[in-house]
Amino acid sequence: MTWGDTIYLLPEIVISIGACLLLIAPVMRRGGGVVRASGAPSGGGARTAKWTMLAILVLTAVAVIASSGLVADVAQTKTFASMFALDSFAIFFKLLFIATMAMLVLLSDDYLAASRYSAWEYYSLLSFALCGMMFMVSGVHLAAIYIGLELLSLSSYILAGYFKNELKSTEAAMKYFVLGTVSSAILLYGISLIYGVTGTLNLMRIADAMSTLVTNDALMFGIMLLGAGLCFKIAAAPFHVWTPDVYEGAPTPITAFLSTASKSAAFAIFARIFYVGMHHFRLDWQVVLAIIAALSMIIGNLAAITQDNIKRMLAYSSIGHAGYVLLGIISVSEMGLYGVLVYSVVYVFATLGIWATVLMLSKHEYAGEQVSDFEGLHRRAPLWAFAMIIFLLSLGGIPPTAGFIGKYFLFYAAVGAGFGWLAIVAVLMSAVSMFFYFRIVMAMYLRDGDGQAEVVSSGGLKLVAAICLVVTLLFGILPGPLVEQAKISGGWVAKRVAANNAQR
Amino acid sequence: MANYSVLLIAALIVISVPVLTLFIITPLIRASRPGKVKLEPYECGIAPTSTAFDHRFSVRYFLIAVLFIVFDVETVFLFPWAIRFKQLGWFGAAEMAVFLAILLVGYFYAWRRKVLSWV
Repeated sequence: MTWGDTIYLLPEIVISIGACLLLIAPVMRRGGGVVRASGAPSGGGARTAKWTMLAILVLTAVAVIASSGLVADVAQTKTFASMFALDSFAIFFKLLFIATMAMLVLLSDDYLAASRYSAWEYYSLLSFALCGMMFMVSGVHLAAIYIGLELLSLSSYILAGYFKNELKSTEAAMKYFVLGTVSSAILLYGISLIYGVTGTLNLMRIADAMSTLVTNDALMFGIMLLGAGLCFKIAAAPFHVWTPDVYEGAPTPITAFLSTASKSAAFAIFARIFYVGMHHFRLDWQVVLAIIAALSMIIGNLAAITQDNIKRMLAYSSIGHAGYVLLGIISVSEMGLYGVLVYSVVYVFATLGIWATVLMLSKHEYAGEQVSDFEGLHRRAPLWAFAMIIFLLSLGGIPPTAGFIGKYFLFYAAVGAGFGWLAIVAVLMSAVSMFFYFRIVMAMYLRDGDGQAEVVSSGGLKLVAAICLVVTLLFGILPGPLVEQAKISGGWVAKRVAANNAQR
Repeated sequence: MANYSVLLIAALIVISVPVLTLFIITPLIRASRPGKVKLEPYECGIAPTSTAFDHRFSVRYFLIAVLFIVFDVETVFLFPWAIRFKQLGWFGAAEMAVFLAILLVGYFYAWRRKVLSWV
């Protein structure tokens, strides 16, 4: 632990300072502490907050890109007592999170301005969540990962209940908080058992210790509890019950946050922990995770069919997607890692595009959430309806879109690891998912609707939808750059694990 | 094992004192004249207006409690840091300064949002 290590934390430092600034900026000015009836401090407008947040995100992105130059010349995992690694895997996800967060700011802008809640604290909490996500994907030590995860979770609980006068929002936050803390406790219990058996929390050292061990109950129990805690965070069945209620009750941009950035951060640490730390006992946990993956895909996609509320439908669909990503983690192969990386990107952009469309329809705090609100959209907003089809096709994994590439890697990895049956379940469930995705398409194109749901599209929403559309189509037609980058980033982790195993 | 028998006897004595005084001796020798006021739960000498379950407390109680916990935890970190101060050196001092600065940001925020003003 020296001063020099601090440079590797530069992006996290930038975003933490930014988060603190956003928190105290509105109360700095004279009389800024005056609390209005709505509970929001009177200082500063939502627009100023938005631009401040975007500026902070740009600075953070610059810091990440600047720090990426350090990847090559440092013996990774030595920083901060081998707790923190600035590797290509972490940088891949950090850039993804910052891009997602910037788009979320654009999505939140009008929604917040129309509500009576302060934008400053909202963006401050999002920044803290971003800091937690960036820290946890860099963590190569279970304690570091846990701290990052908690920072993300605590910010998410508050954000889910950000509309504190709305009963639904408060209920969502309460459910999320109670279940989330229980799952964190389970995760922590698993970590403590693993520490008890292996004597270390560093993922590489855990792998070293495990290679000399035979299967024992305490260790299996620890791995299972760790897996259960992580499955809760990615919302895999049977740990998924919180998802529909929380997604429905939370403010829509926060639902978008929970289903994209927060989820892909959990995918990243799940993949890293199990690939790097637990691969010696893969025969013991692969089957359990395979069953969880199958259950997630089946429950998520079948339950989504009957949903009329689009937020609940997407919540169940996201449970199914957690199942697909688990295929990559189960395979414990380089191909699986590439799949997790590619699918995170693909899933985030398609989902954000859908949320942009949902937000365009939601004039009021909870309007525009029924599938019936989409009826006749092709007349009122043909471009939006077209974009929506592309996003839905991408989630379903149909070829000209990026979703196909992501699913290709994941299914290929599962078959390669001998989980052919799981790949078959995944393909079948993808077909089922097309059924309820096309319910929305049918509503948009085949029904006229009453025209009640008003279309209010702002520049920010259009920009987000355009970016998501371009990314989804571009990586669908030309997947080369994304796949190359995933191979570099995933390969980095795989190479270090291979080198460590060879050394021993 | 014999060394621990002393502990066992001590534990028995410690347990028997409250049991004897509260539940056995006192009920035998005290005068028992219960009344409505006497049976009420004691709360700062003021008669309670409702039960704990249907009474809504001001959110300020919780805010003060949260602030208290924050600074309580700060102290928990400060003590071990102070003991190892020499070994940690300037790096440790800087780390603690960062930690305190983050706490102060939260404190400043709470202060300006009038969490501490009690009316």
